[in-house]
Amino acid sequence: METSHLGPDEWQAVALTLRVAIVAVLGSLPVAIAVAWFLSRVRFPGKILIEALVSLPLVLPPVVTGYGLLLLLGRHGALGQFLDEKLGIVFAFRWTGAAVAAAVMGFPFMVRGIRLSFDAIDRDLERAAASLGASSWLAFLSVTLPLSVPGILSGALLAFGRSLGEFGATITFVSSIPGETRTISSAIYALLQTPLGDSAALRLCGISILLSFAALVASEALIRTGQRRLAR
Amino acid sequence: MSVFDFSAQCRLGHFSLDAVFQAEGRIVGLFGPSGSGKSTILRLIAGLLRPDSGHIAVAGHVVFDSKTGVDLPARRRHVGLVFQDGLLFPHLSVRQNLLYGAWARGKRSGLQLDGTIEILGIGHLLDRAPSRLSGGERQRVAIGRALLSDPAVLLMDEPVTAVDQERRAEILPHLQTLAEHARVPILYVSHAMAEVERLADQIVFLRDGRVTNIT
Repeated sequence: METSHLGPDEWQAVALTLRVAIVAVLGSLPVAIAVAWFLSRVRFPGKILIEALVSLPLVLPPVVTGYGLLLLLGRHGALGQFLDEKLGIVFAFRWTGAAVAAAVMGFPFMVRGIRLSFDAIDRDLERAAASLGASSWLAFLSVTLPLSVPGILSGALLAFGRSLGEFGATITFVSSIPGETRTISSAIYALLQTPLGDSAALRLCGISILLSFAALVASEALIRTGQRRLAR
Repeated sequence: MSVFDFSAQCRLGHFSLDAVFQAEGRIVGLFGPSGSGKSTILRLIAGLLRPDSGHIAVAGHVVFDSKTGVDLPARRRHVGLVFQDGLLFPHLSVRQNLLYGAWARGKRSGLQLDGTIEILGIGHLLDRAPSRLSGGERQRVAIGRALLSDPAVLLMDEPVTAVDQERRAEILPHLQTLAEHARVPILYVSHAMAEVERLADQIVFLRDGRVTNIT
């Protein structure tokens, strides 16, 4: 019987993972929309370097990203010390730090999804809005953004899925503290290091597969909605 | 005072435009083969393209002048643009499309709405999505949308080219009624002579980016 039910520690890891992923996605979404718009609409020399920088977390070993975050946002980090002393904000070894790590790792997915949908919008629609009297900001809010909603949601869901599975950057940056930073991935890893931890690890694996699968299916479904919507 | 006072030089890749014309008909036709620069002129007037140099005035208002540095943004030019394929906002209903201009400028245009709907015969389409309109219906809604943004002039870029032969006959009379009732001058771009002859009071002929004749 014990093998089919999650214990309190496991539930805690599941709840924490969801909280970290949701906060990571909601926090980075406005930034991702701004960056995606910038990359889709503005041409400037050296753009390719910015594009590469945005995609860097995709290919960098996560442990490098995590260590980078530690150097930047750790208690004695360049930015971390300032945030701690002036604003009392601490990321190191807190669940909020896990959210930052998840946000950074999911960011490239989010920007890609959103940018693709910005790219797919007929620029003449925005021009039509301008000729009807809309400022570029109003045209963005009333035409570009609503038409991109499926792409934005699908990018956000992909990033959400990526956040659920984040391990390397998280464990390097904020360690694996039960109840604070022990997400599903780091809990599975910890369980596998423990005698008799296999069945609990297996249960968490099952949950992990279910959550990730659901996020991907939802993301695919939204891409299709988007394609239908743009087919005029 | 001419309705359209146009003079612009503009280079776009291999194509160069150097066109000068003044026109004041109720409907002015802009006629020429494809690639002669008709759409470019429309975009220059609407403020969607910037000429290298020139002077553009619409209904007595200067919208661009390279000497004095005037270059009004598209939204301040009060130029109603009807694109070749309508370009209705696909996520908005016909009614919302029609009211977009008034909404963007923070105005009400309920009275005008009724009149415009009647002239264009689109009253029964108000709650539809643009994807559920025929080509002809779409163009009439696009014309209505441009008209309701309170334009000083209407620019139409081959508004019936994408529409099949039968539907054309259904739109053209609406355009004539429009020019008579709405008192908005129209610049009508087409590569079909029959269409231009039927509608326009004055015709500007264009070839390879140059004006060759004005009737």
